[in-house]
Amino acid sequence: MREQRDRTPTAEPTSDRDLPRPRMGTRELVAEAVAGLLARPGRTLLTMLGTLLGIGALVATVGIAQSAGSQIVAQFDVLTLTEVTAQPRQAVVEERTLTTLPWDAEDRVGRLNGVRAAGTRATVEVGDQTVSAVPVRDPTGITDHQLDVVAASPGLFDAVVASFAHGRAFDRGHDERADPVVVLGPGPAERLGITRTGHQPAILLGDRRLVVIGILDDVQRSPDLRNAVIVPQELAREEFGLAAPEQLRVDTDLGATEVVAEQLALALDPEDPDRIEVSVPPSPGDVRSAVEADVDALFLVLGAVALLVGALGIANVTLVSVLERTSEIGVRRALGAARRHIAGQFLLESTALGFVGGVAGASLGVIVVVVVAIAQDWVPVLDAWVPLAAPLVGTFVGLAAGVYPALRAARLEPLAALRAEA
Amino acid sequence: MSRADRPADDARPVIELLGVSRTFPGPPPVEALRALDLQVRRGEHLAVIGPSGSGKSTLLHVLGCLDRPTAGDYLLDGIDVGGLPDRERTGLRGQRIGFVFQAFHLMAHRSVRENVEAAALYDGTPRTLRRERAEDAIARVGLSHRIDASPRTLSGGEQQRVAVARAILSRPSLLLADEPTGNLDTDNTDALLGLLEELCADGMTLVMVTHDDEVARRAGRRVRMVDGLLHEVA
Repeated sequence: MREQRDRTPTAEPTSDRDLPRPRMGTRELVAEAVAGLLARPGRTLLTMLGTLLGIGALVATVGIAQSAGSQIVAQFDVLTLTEVTAQPRQAVVEERTLTTLPWDAEDRVGRLNGVRAAGTRATVEVGDQTVSAVPVRDPTGITDHQLDVVAASPGLFDAVVASFAHGRAFDRGHDERADPVVVLGPGPAERLGITRTGHQPAILLGDRRLVVIGILDDVQRSPDLRNAVIVPQELAREEFGLAAPEQLRVDTDLGATEVVAEQLALALDPEDPDRIEVSVPPSPGDVRSAVEADVDALFLVLGAVALLVGALGIANVTLVSVLERTSEIGVRRALGAARRHIAGQFLLESTALGFVGGVAGASLGVIVVVVVAIAQDWVPVLDAWVPLAAPLVGTFVGLAAGVYPALRAARLEPLAALRAEA
Repeated sequence: MSRADRPADDARPVIELLGVSRTFPGPPPVEALRALDLQVRRGEHLAVIGPSGSGKSTLLHVLGCLDRPTAGDYLLDGIDVGGLPDRERTGLRGQRIGFVFQAFHLMAHRSVRENVEAAALYDGTPRTLRRERAEDAIARVGLSHRIDASPRTLSGGEQQRVAVARAILSRPSLLLADEPTGNLDTDNTDALLGLLEELCADGMTLVMVTHDDEVARRAGRRVRMVDGLLHEVA
């Protein structure tokens, strides 16, 4: 075969010969890409900055939204999300109550599963009777006050999450005996000049003398009680003619509101549960997503824009780098680099930029979330997948940004590249 | 220097051009190479001289598989490379052909060692062997003391020696040099030519384009190119 060809040189079949093929290991490719980035550290850092800020903004946004959301939801959790109220349904046409709540509503409901505390309340009609302090301390000032009087069962204080500045709530014994005791909201206490309960101060409601056994500090679920004079239900019934409790307030275990609500009406009016109107809070998931969606939407757009700018930055710098390194590309092609090796190197360089930018951005974002949370006195909340996904997003951004420049680099003809200015 | 899988057959040409033409479409069309016939034997040192624009560089690019002839056949080591796909031509460039350019073409941001090692990056040579060979090649051009230096800190002569070390790293059967002494002074020119002659003595084939008659005179064989045609010079 060779003899023949030497005499009449013709094309030799080359299909399956052991022609040298360009080969490059992944390790070599990675090493070249890394070396390419480290060769110009300043530029590499500046290029990375875009992705870093973009990813950082995204992570910080999600984190701040989640922290804020959790903060709001945490308040809902202990207040609204464990609260159920029940009252007699009003007949729309007649403006008349079809039924009444039973006097022992507190006991009936207290036995239900998921109920932590329950109590009834009703407004006491006192007519023109006023409330005054005993003894009268300031003869020149106003001593008689028109104040809201509320009748409560002993469990109401826990059910509406009331806290006491002084003294305590009346208990079951006070109520059953219709003891002349009273709990003052902070508003009436100040107006009546009563600051302590240790010496058993008394007030006059009309001509009835009532001993102040507690002064409220705060009432989280029924702020109106802060301005009320609260008497035992039984006392109101005997002395002021209270007809029936008007409203039942229930504090439930977290997540038990639906279950409690279902049983409530039946427990209160077994004959016709429909006559009882029960209100439950919105589900926690709805509240959380609503809050987070509001905060997220705006900032996610900002973060995405920052990320896009970062991607364009990488694409631009990589493209400039390709143009600048045209001669290097020519040399590599002359040295046996295949087009895919050239493309691979540039793609890997931009991808590595994106990855490192993503890692740095995620770190920055987490720091921002923590700092903001501390400044706002929040608990910093960030789903674990967010900082973990951020480098992936950065990697993808780098990869996407590198595609066009890498293809440009790979398309360069070695000869044309060599002719470029070194 | 010869490869174990190839017989040391001096009679067999490394380069065989049969009616090779290279025409640039223009406008106006330029016939850089006109139906050239050329054979270069193993270990031969061929100098190509001629005025600028006569087609010397185009010839070198065709020989180096950087450019394709528009007509005719080019056999390199008996392989018809004209019709090979880009990938095979790239493989040949990387493993059988070495280049030394007038402009050196070193990577400024990489060390001497990395520049030389780059020649064996694309042929699957394991890393340790690559380092070893790079050190050998750098020692051969007398630059071991600058192995970790940046090319930017080297003189022109030293840079060209780095380029030579890179070109011979993969032990090519064919070394193509385009005005390798163009940017060198007399002493450096002398040293470089001495080095290239040593390599030829080892069995490497050298084709050098030059317009320097002094340089050309040291070659074993000279051809002159005029208007895309080759003439043997006695």
